[in-house]
Amino acid sequence: MNAVFIITGKEIRDGMRNRWVLATTVLLAMLALSLGFLGSSPTGAVKVDPLTVTVVSLSSLSIFLIPLIAMLLSYDAIVGEVDRGTMALLLSYPVSRWQIVIGKFIGHLVILSLATTIGYGLAGIALQLAHGTVDISAWEPFVLLIVASILLGASFLSMGYLISTLVRERATAAGIAIGVWLFFVVIFDMALLGALVADTQQNITASMVNTILLFNPSDVYRLLNLTGYENIAMYAGMAGLSDQVSLGRPVLMLAQLLWIVVPFCFAIFFFKKKQI
Amino acid sequence: MSKYHVTLSGVTKAYAKQKAVDNVDLQLKAGECVALAGHNGAGKSTLIKLILGLIHPTQGQVQLLGHDAASRAASQVRGQVGYLPETVALHPSLTGTETLDFYARLKKQPLSANHALLSRVGISQAAKRRVGTYSKGMRQRLALAQALLGKPKVLLFDEPTTGLDPASRQMFYEIVTELRNQGSTVLLSTHALAELDGQADRIVVMKNGQKIADGTMSELRQQSGLPIRIRIQLSEHGKSAGQLSQAWYRHNESSFELHCTEEDKVQAICSLGHIDGIDNIEIHTPSLDDMYAHFLRREDV
Repeated sequence: MNAVFIITGKEIRDGMRNRWVLATTVLLAMLALSLGFLGSSPTGAVKVDPLTVTVVSLSSLSIFLIPLIAMLLSYDAIVGEVDRGTMALLLSYPVSRWQIVIGKFIGHLVILSLATTIGYGLAGIALQLAHGTVDISAWEPFVLLIVASILLGASFLSMGYLISTLVRERATAAGIAIGVWLFFVVIFDMALLGALVADTQQNITASMVNTILLFNPSDVYRLLNLTGYENIAMYAGMAGLSDQVSLGRPVLMLAQLLWIVVPFCFAIFFFKKKQI
Repeated sequence: MSKYHVTLSGVTKAYAKQKAVDNVDLQLKAGECVALAGHNGAGKSTLIKLILGLIHPTQGQVQLLGHDAASRAASQVRGQVGYLPETVALHPSLTGTETLDFYARLKKQPLSANHALLSRVGISQAAKRRVGTYSKGMRQRLALAQALLGKPKVLLFDEPTTGLDPASRQMFYEIVTELRNQGSTVLLSTHALAELDGQADRIVVMKNGQKIADGTMSELRQQSGLPIRIRIQLSEHGKSAGQLSQAWYRHNESSFELHCTEEDKVQAICSLGHIDGIDNIEIHTPSLDDMYAHFLRREDV
């Protein structure tokens, strides 16, 4: 068996044992359910499937939560093992350094994917059952929401790994991880809004904003979820905006994949040079 | 491949200005047990990490089983290396069996031998418990078991006996002897020199990153030039003291002491034959700890 999968297997088992999978699954399911039941009260007259409304509210909350979970999983991945001494032992085995990083990353990604899919999936099924209508077409954006959430998580996992390889202390890694999370989830958008408000001459064009949004994985996620489908865009109040957004789904997906691959490659590069 | 399993030539490892290992040459043969002695911070762990290729030397070269330890090829050679880290760190959420299985898979070893290995280090009854519940000695034993996976040719033990009870320690040295007899190279670092007596073929003393002594026990004894002390106790308040040669000096009223070299020892004892009324003879050969202290002190001057 390849060393990558041996390490992945161990990482997943760890995640199961220390209840990470269980805790995040329950958290995400509760969140989806409560948003679904509470948020669907105004839909009664409009006769919109509860899932559609849930996609809107859920994606707004996932933007905060999924990156946070990903950061918490990953900030400790490398620096923690180096600190505890397990990394030195692992490196004394016939394993390459890139195999260790990739193995651990896949393990964490599986944990995150399991939690997201099971958590949101179960909540989605429960919502539809409660409303008595099973509308298959409403599932398409919901599945996209799950996939996009996993990709968003992967991009923050990847950044977390990069942070974890670069620092020497676990506390530093935790601090930087929270800082990066805050930057992308809150500060980036606020700064952009501020710039747009301050820009009275309208120097910033729509295409410029589009490009700028690609530099933030959580904005890419928002665009993927909220502008992809007509009725969801309507609900999200982004109907007008989605006409302006010239970025298609392939471009957004590509941007998100780059957000996963690029930081991760840097993480491998720096880990190879790291002195344990 | 050369007859040396591990070769260090002119190896220096510097962190910023400080040299953790300073121009060290060291050869480890097959079937040899070498002890690495030195204070905390003398560079013992750094030396072991250099051999493992965890860190790369600033200068010089480290050869592990015929490959540069820092090279890509060495990562595959490490299948024949066993390592016991200074601070034993295992994954607390795995059980003993799972831990060993995990490491055996990484070394591409069959899992069937693992149970025997766990019984050999004496923790088979705790194999199904999580490592988090283990005592320090049990964790040390489990870590030893993982180092023994796949009958490695080179074993690197970083302070293996600290925190072990005497019985465990004895078990540890039994295993070391067995490994050495099978032709493995064993390098172990320690502070507790006294327990090395008869276990190590060679002793390397490190100080401030430099190798200050290297040799067998008796070679070190000669190098150190530490005297053998013979102390005699005379009866009747040292009445026959006048018969002793000038070299003996009075320790107290009735006991006398002589410092002599290894070669003069027998003659000195024979010369006591014609002296009347000796109550007791004590011969004190310098212990490892004495020699160790001597080497470290000498460097201080």
